[in-house]
Amino acid sequence: MGRKILLDKAHIEGIRHYDVYRREGGYRSVEKALKTMSPDAVTEEVKKSGLRGRGGAGFPTGMKWGFLAKPEGVPRYLVVNADESEPGTFKDRYLMEFIPHLLIEGMITASYALGSNVSYIYIRGEYWWVKEILEVAVQEARNAGWLGKNILGSGFDCDIFVQPGAGAYICGEETALIESLEGKRGNPRIKPPFPAVKGLWGCPTVVNNVETIAAVVPIVNDGGDEYAKIGIGKSTGTKLISACGNLNKPGVYEIEMNISVEEFLYSDEYCGGIANGKRLKACIPGGSSVPILPANLLLKTAKGETRMMTYESLSDGGFATGSMMGSGGFIAMDEDQCVVKHTYTLARFYRHESCGQCSPCREGTGWMEKILLNIENGKGKMSDIDLLWDIQRKIEGNTICPLGDAAAWPVAAAIRHFRDEFEWHVTNPTDALKGNYGLANYAKPLEIAVAP
Amino acid sequence: MLQTLPFGGDGGGYMADEKKLFTVTIDNITVEVEPGTSILQAARKIGGDVAPPAMCYYTKLKDSGGKCRTCLVEVAAGSAADPRPMPKLVASCRTNVMDGMVVKNITSDRVIDARNGVVEFLLINHPLDCPICDQAGECHLQDLSYEHGKGASRYEFKRRTFDKHDLGPYIQLHMTRCILCYRCVYTADQVTNERKHGILMRGDHSEIATYIEKSLENDFIGNVIDVCPVGALTDRTFRFKNRVWFTKPVDAHCNCEKCSGEVQLWMRGDEVLRVTARKDEWGEVKDTSKGETGWICNTCRFERKKASDWIIEGPSQINRHSVISQGHYENGVKPNETIKKVMGGRDPKLLMNIKDVSEVNQVELSEIKGAATSESFKQLKKGN
Amino acid sequence: MKFSDDKLKQVDEMISHYPEGKHKSALLPLLHFVQKENGGWLSSEAMDYTAELLKIAPIEVYEVATFYSMYNLQPVGKTIFEVCQTGPCMLRGSDGIVDYIYEKLGIKPGQTTADGLFTLKTVECLGACGYAPMMQLGPDYREHLTKEKIDALIAEGKTKAN
Ligand code: SF4
Ligand code: FES
Ligand code: FES
Repeated sequence: MGRKILLDKAHIEGIRHYDVYRREGGYRSVEKALKTMSPDAVTEEVKKSGLRGRGGAGFPTGMKWGFLAKPEGVPRYLVVNADESEPGTFKDRYLMEFIPHLLIEGMITASYALGSNVSYIYIRGEYWWVKEILEVAVQEARNAGWLGKNILGSGFDCDIFVQPGAGAYICGEETALIESLEGKRGNPRIKPPFPAVKGLWGCPTVVNNVETIAAVVPIVNDGGDEYAKIGIGKSTGTKLISACGNLNKPGVYEIEMNISVEEFLYSDEYCGGIANGKRLKACIPGGSSVPILPANLLLKTAKGETRMMTYESLSDGGFATGSMMGSGGFIAMDEDQCVVKHTYTLARFYRHESCGQCSPCREGTGWMEKILLNIENGKGKMSDIDLLWDIQRKIEGNTICPLGDAAAWPVAAAIRHFRDEFEWHVTNPTDALKGNYGLANYAKPLEIAVAP
Repeated sequence: MLQTLPFGGDGGGYMADEKKLFTVTIDNITVEVEPGTSILQAARKIGGDVAPPAMCYYTKLKDSGGKCRTCLVEVAAGSAADPRPMPKLVASCRTNVMDGMVVKNITSDRVIDARNGVVEFLLINHPLDCPICDQAGECHLQDLSYEHGKGASRYEFKRRTFDKHDLGPYIQLHMTRCILCYRCVYTADQVTNERKHGILMRGDHSEIATYIEKSLENDFIGNVIDVCPVGALTDRTFRFKNRVWFTKPVDAHCNCEKCSGEVQLWMRGDEVLRVTARKDEWGEVKDTSKGETGWICNTCRFERKKASDWIIEGPSQINRHSVISQGHYENGVKPNETIKKVMGGRDPKLLMNIKDVSEVNQVELSEIKGAATSESFKQLKKGN
Repeated sequence: MKFSDDKLKQVDEMISHYPEGKHKSALLPLLHFVQKENGGWLSSEAMDYTAELLKIAPIEVYEVATFYSMYNLQPVGKTIFEVCQTGPCMLRGSDGIVDYIYEKLGIKPGQTTADGLFTLKTVECLGACGYAPMMQLGPDYREHLTKEKIDALIAEGKTKAN
């Protein structure tokens, strides 16, 4: 059994409420930090832990905190990004729904480290009931004296508010989130300046993912060094993976970052294998925007090594033969699924979610969607596949925010690894409407190039 | 996966305390500029083709820029202190120079490739109705597509259309032509202080509108026409009166209590067909003789249409790199020619003469759905 | 549209979450509130009232209301089935759910039944991919959808209307 440090208590009866949470040892990290540590010492522990942002980019959290500008007399803000909207990802929702006080506790400790006296949770509007759960939890924490003025007599003031979004994936991008929190359209800002210097209302701001902030609790309780002992290399600690698609046991799992993809996929402790006795065809291991991999590249790297559920191993081989940990949204596709159709739904998603500010993303996402739909419907031409490639290439890297890349990568990876499936759609238009290309060679063991 | 690195590849933008000049090399030409200058402004200082095209940035409008991506450039060396290249192309209008920075614009294949892509993106949903557009001849998108556009479109789908909106008695909006540069929104915010129009909807459905029909009447709202890089916002009092290149621009002024009264008149014979602000070689509103931004008021722009309303100073200096400068103006100044210097003596550029495709007409534009081709144009004419 | 004192107090509470002068930040939560009070959609009158409450220009409200997908700019049916159709849900049969609703109610995505009781919409990922196929129904999610569950939801919608 893998060690759980975030969700270990998530299923204790009543843990959603303060009394039980506290009885189970909750809010110790706040006591420890406020009574025995300086704010910088807290940041130091986070640095030592090697914790990396759990929202997708995997940037070291302690370093991000270190960038926060601290001009005299200017307020600083911590904003928690709970705008979980990357297709395949539903881990933060789970954490907030079952053990909301873990997030609140982490926020108070992190706010102390950053010097934020008012912190916000920006939660996607569709998670309305989760917002209500959080509001109850915040009120309970306030009543118990963990929020408000002069917490534990430390002189530190802190309050937390929950802010709902209203349906916009783009608000998961930190500057779009800040704009939205200011009551505006979710248009990502042009950087620089970065939020660490000019964020919410022009003040220095740190935006962190829910899971990242929750991880601060065990880090402060047990020390950064202890946390860093879990996992492999630079993938320290545990990671929440939300598994979905054609699996026997889809759901949210906390894993130690030292297990193999195969174990995660097939063991009964986690996903329990592919549903209905089918075989795995492809997988998007880290949320819809990371590259899709055929089964044979998912379980083993191109070098023939076992692929692990770590940042490094998942991206081994770069975009040519690897993928990314991303947000931990693990999407499995069985042998009866059509990669072209799946890619089409993702292209439609990104077109729908583009803010429309910059030309490559605004115009390019819709163009890709239309071509993919044509191919899926047997109306595509061979040249469309190359055109798609060219369009994604011209979006990638040329947009204001990462949504452009997020829209381009899935298309690129699908063509890179499943080109024959695309071509089959073009050459067999009638079959493509009735059936699908099936497993083909996508699960066949790869020949491993022997180093000369 | 929108959550990003706190310091992405977009480069620095730090101001030095003391006023030491920064040296920056763009397309092999070196200039000195003050700290805090953007790459775009530094390139404009060199001038000519070294200056990247800018469709959304506007010097006089705070917060503008960064959106259209036509001005992307490659930073081959970040600074003398840290000469690493920047991994991604950057928006030159919103990225400041560093001392010793090396930038590639037209000497970078990556830039040209990306820019061709941006132009194609801007054009896939554009009606291409230049033959019947009032902006033709002074349209930045037209200039851009001559230089970067492909002969044939690879886009095989229906172009986006919008319902026609009216913005009051003075201003005509053709949303199909809009490139969402946000300039007119910033103008309303910063020049009029009472914004009634904005960007509605999102993504590829975004549009400039007022939501419920409202007429834009603020005294300075006419300036949105001058900032619009395309023919989305045009002067209703000038509509279809003439093609701009048949009119003659002269500088003139009047005693206006609302604005500086320093304008440019577009005349035919003694007739004042149109009044605009005076613009510099980048197509941006110039400063007045008192050093203020030369925004003009609605009265000057829309109502003073008699030559006797004005004191005429003389022919305007037209040095914009544009099809408009193909006209034979007395005071025409050739734009700073850098291309040969950059390209080792070769001059690869050919400008098309817009007069070849022009035809003044009275077609109702909004009746053309989709691309305006000579066919749809002929049909409409027949219908009239 | 005009709020009672009681409602105005709730508005003040929302505004109190932000520092002095940053009341525009209350726009998103306030629009949710106004929409609820206005029968589930935002009329231009409701938006103008929102602008008045926050002392901002109406266009600032229109810009925001048209950006976010949860605000309805048209009156809506009594029961709205918002079926997720993004990749992960598609893998688990969301197309079949949409087809089944068509079979039962004769409405396609974007349509409302003649009696105005049901509206069918397809939406993009709602963060419930592991419990697919799923839909949003008012403020709640309905997950692991099956034909039987759709039947029950339709029956529920009809009783609610009576
Ligand atoms: S109408 Fe003109 S000025 Fe306004 S956003 Fe569109 S292109 Fe820019
Ligand atoms: S001018 Fe720089 S991005 Fe538009
Ligand atoms: S794809 Fe349907 S909820 Fe995520």
